[in-house]
Amino acid sequence: MTVDLAIDVRGLNKSFGDKHVVRDLTLQVPRGQIFGFLGPNGSGKTTSIRLLCGLLTADSGSGTCLGYDVIRESPAIKREVGYMTQRFSLWEDLSIRENLDFIARMYGMTDRRAAVNHQLDKLGLAARQHQLAGTLSGGWKQRLALAACLLHQPQLLLLDEPTAGVDPKARRDFWDEIHGLAAQGITVLVSTHYMDEAERCHKLAYIAYGRLLVTGTATEVTASQKLTGYAVTGPDLTAYAATLRGQPGVGQVSPFGSTLHVTGHDRAALEATAARLSSDSAYRWTPMAPGLEDVFIGLMQDAEDNFT
Amino acid sequence: MTTVRLASGLSWSRWVGIMLKEFIQLKRDRLTFGMIIGIPIVQLILFGFAINTDPKNLPATVLAADQGIYGRTVLWALRNSGYFRFEHEARNEQEADEMLARGEVQFVITVPENFSRKIARGERPPLLIEADATDPSAIGNAVTALNNIARNALARELQGTLGRLNPPPDPVELRVHRRYNPEGVTQYNIVPGLLGVILTMTMILMTGLAMTRERERGTFENLLSTPALPIEVMTGKIVPYIMIGLVQVTIVLSAAHLLFGVPLMGSIALLYLCVLLFIAANLTLGITFSSIARNQLQAMQMTFFFFLPSMLLSGFMFPFRGMPGWAQAIGSVLPLTHFLQLVRGIMLKGNVFAELWPNIWPIIVFMSAMIGIGLLVYRRTLD
Ligand SMILES: Nc1ncnc2c1ncn2[C@@H]1O[C@H](COP(=O)(O)OP(=O)(O)O)[C@@H](O)[C@H]1O
Ligand SMILES: [Mg+2]
Repeated sequence: MTVDLAIDVRGLNKSFGDKHVVRDLTLQVPRGQIFGFLGPNGSGKTTSIRLLCGLLTADSGSGTCLGYDVIRESPAIKREVGYMTQRFSLWEDLSIRENLDFIARMYGMTDRRAAVNHQLDKLGLAARQHQLAGTLSGGWKQRLALAACLLHQPQLLLLDEPTAGVDPKARRDFWDEIHGLAAQGITVLVSTHYMDEAERCHKLAYIAYGRLLVTGTATEVTASQKLTGYAVTGPDLTAYAATLRGQPGVGQVSPFGSTLHVTGHDRAALEATAARLSSDSAYRWTPMAPGLEDVFIGLMQDAEDNFT
Repeated sequence: MTTVRLASGLSWSRWVGIMLKEFIQLKRDRLTFGMIIGIPIVQLILFGFAINTDPKNLPATVLAADQGIYGRTVLWALRNSGYFRFEHEARNEQEADEMLARGEVQFVITVPENFSRKIARGERPPLLIEADATDPSAIGNAVTALNNIARNALARELQGTLGRLNPPPDPVELRVHRRYNPEGVTQYNIVPGLLGVILTMTMILMTGLAMTRERERGTFENLLSTPALPIEVMTGKIVPYIMIGLVQVTIVLSAAHLLFGVPLMGSIALLYLCVLLFIAANLTLGITFSSIARNQLQAMQMTFFFFLPSMLLSGFMFPFRGMPGWAQAIGSVLPLTHFLQLVRGIMLKGNVFAELWPNIWPIIVFMSAMIGIGLLVYRRTLD
């Protein structure tokens, strides 16, 4: 067993009825790393996270989480993992303080009061500690949820779309905090739909239809797909995009603001198409290095073609 | 800074935490709180004041073809018995029939022609009483009383030579002692029974909702991701409801005493002990239901599915010994059946522990079985 792997699982599978939701999940996350989990809705991110912290039992597969067996030692895992659910799952009819106090009791913390006060101060919630959690706005609920899962000083944080519906400033603060925790040696596995967040992760995994399609750093992931790309500008891009789809070498066409990103795997064919079409002076074709988002949209489309 | 105690077994801290949380949530849930106080009071009023198994003042009409003294004597006696209230007299047989058919009256009393003259001649004339027997229990007592009323009324009139018309005395003197409730007060029976019915309903329902609510709101996922153990969650959650049950019992007992004068012959401590046992049995059932049910609606349906047979087969609604064997068998599994015996035993008969034991152990068995099932079906994961 490698000591410095926080998560080390092999071939985890999970089905609900005849729906195979997680297929052969194999994942290694070293301690202190921020690991990003990306993929379209319904691809199995939440289910994978629940498998890791023992909220669901895998049908097959094996592995360890913080050195504990994921199948047999879930009580031990629960004590050292902080899990932030996708949906706000603290008690809306309890106040902020009561929620934290309850969680602290669940972990049998001896200096409960101090720990709760500390989290309240740190997150700037001290002034509103008696407000009912249900009356908080989305951003504040998210901060409270994070405070709750940090209370017992977990070794591993599992954050399921923690910033969905949160404003950019709050998101940035949140990520600064995550990086601070990682610097202290805490491992973070976080699922997200935001590309800027994906780029702030040390490592990424892209999951679609229950399958891990790629893992690696943002650069590795981008490079691995060997995409060629062009940024296209010109009038009436929506109509133009429709004419581009199906042209030789064109994989995906997706609008990014006032430009159109055209990418494809077949470099030669795409270059030929670009040369042919850019003779129309109304449209400018500029070569570009495809970003993460282009890669993910491509992956999503390929996955759709392969698995549906 | 903080130290995490890695307790491997049960944790007092967690148990207290779960209990406190339930208390706080209960305190903030006005509707539930209202139900806790409201249900006993409403039921007490409905059952205590509205139900009477010995109905009086039943509407009746008379079809008198004879105005003689004996006929009038019998009618007077009927009125004085309190069972009958005479509506306007029917003019003919057809009108009387219609009144009965329409439900205006429940009895038609026909005094035939020459009734008094025939009595005087010793001919034993018939006095026809037609009763609306669609609801047998409504007229039961009145019909039973009729014979005696008529006989006693005439006995006073038939003096002297007519005395021979009186029936001979019975060869045996029957002595009936109606013990524990000599006046047959309905409330003496119903109010103690209500204790059981109210507790069954509120305890099972509330705990049933307590767990499914967590699941519906998504908070169960959070609870599951903490190290809390099923037994801690189950037992911690029921403590507040035990207290609620005790409050309800106190409300009903006080009302029983103040409003209906129901006596308490036995020990109040023993009564509360039995109540505690019964509450615990119902709570374990409620927690089990809430582990099985997917949502609050299902928990509610399961509660009523259990509540109905409890009401019908426990002896609360209908006499237990009047039920066929299979129904008694089902009934004797239900905690309410035994609880009714316990409460009536303590309140009306002044029973002591040894007399109560045959009805205590079945509740303990039921409760143990429920804890076992509850722990088996408690979901430790979200599967
Ligand atoms: N408890 C469950 N029972 C049945 N199906 C489920 C359950 N949980 C998730 N699923 C299904 O599994 C798939 C993956 O869900 P999820 O892991 O939540 O995806 P993601 O988090 O990536 O959006 C979805 O199609 C979802 O409907
Ligand atoms: Mg999800």
